[in-house]
Amino acid sequence: MNLIAQLEAEQIAALGKSIPDFKAGDTIRVGYKVTEGTRTRVQMYEGVCISRKNGSGIAGSFTVRKISFGEGVERVFPLYSTNIDSIEVVRRGRVRRAKLYYLRSRRGKSARIAEVSNYKALDGAEA
Amino acid sequence: MLRSGVIAKKIGMTRLFLEDGRQVPVTVLQLDNLQVVAQRTVETDGYTAVQLGAGTAKVKRTSKAMRGHFAAAKVEPKRKVAEFRVSPENMIAVGEEIVATHYNDGQFVDVSGISIGKGFAGVMKRHNFGGLRASHGVSVSHRSHGSVGQCQDPGRIFKGKKMAGHMGAARVTTQNLQVVRTDLDRGLIMVKGAVPGSKGGWVTVKDAVKKPTPQNLVTPAALKSAMAAAPAAEAAEGGESNEG
Repeated sequence: MNLIAQLEAEQIAALGKSIPDFKAGDTIRVGYKVTEGTRTRVQMYEGVCISRKNGSGIAGSFTVRKISFGEGVERVFPLYSTNIDSIEVVRRGRVRRAKLYYLRSRRGKSARIAEVSNYKALDGAEA
Repeated sequence: MLRSGVIAKKIGMTRLFLEDGRQVPVTVLQLDNLQVVAQRTVETDGYTAVQLGAGTAKVKRTSKAMRGHFAAAKVEPKRKVAEFRVSPENMIAVGEEIVATHYNDGQFVDVSGISIGKGFAGVMKRHNFGGLRASHGVSVSHRSHGSVGQCQDPGRIFKGKKMAGHMGAARVTTQNLQVVRTDLDRGLIMVKGAVPGSKGGWVTVKDAVKKPTPQNLVTPAALKSAMAAAPAAEAAEGGESNEG
């Protein structure tokens, strides 16, 4: 393992985060730490994960899309951000793409994603 | 108060997630057997500097002249040698090894290296020219520069005119990079942002010239011998206090 990979592995271990197994199409709920003045609280952001980028390493990130007051909102979260309090999978979706950018041009019924009926967790896999 | 810089190897870039939620892009630089190879003094050379050597070179690949030079300093042959101007009070003895705690966290440094060569590059890449239009009668020369001068007066092209040519593979200094973290055991210095040169290339790191000098800098340098002496002294003190 080269030095950079080693440093990244150490940092992931040091951050001590448990990231659930999720992929594009899954509906997830992200607890994001928000600082207002001196107070910090956790804000929940729930939506469909439409892309996972740059693997499951330290550089990884994912995009969550939701419809908020009739307007589509997308947020990109770094997988190992210290601002993320929790990631929770709400629903597993069945999709045939790695990136669901086509959802951006869809609304309502056509933007639905079917649920996976027979989801099997990967053995000992995280993220 | 000029103190020595260091020669480091660029390992690559990564990111750090900090406790306060920030993520910082860092370049990892490594100190590899960094030792003082020679001194330059006012008496012999007219100026004061230390010559540092880094890395390890095979003896058979080292020229006879350099072998003699390293033998005189009683150090192993080095891959890269560079000089750093220092003030006379910051002179370091030959053979001393400099370690990564030479820089404090949060301190600003200037990093110099040989930038990645781009070969013969056009003006759009080399000087950020806009190029010519995509249509309206422009043929073949969409990425070219436009006019390069005036008319019969001056009748020549001014020196220094930005044109296509060789780009990169030149010495570049990036100023005011912040040291985010240092790792003494592995000899790592992590600086925020990008550093000139390719991975595995040699760079030199100096205290930033355009920032005020931090008060708590280690002078003349963070040396391995001093590191070894300090814990020993602490142990000795601890031992005495126990006795007392």
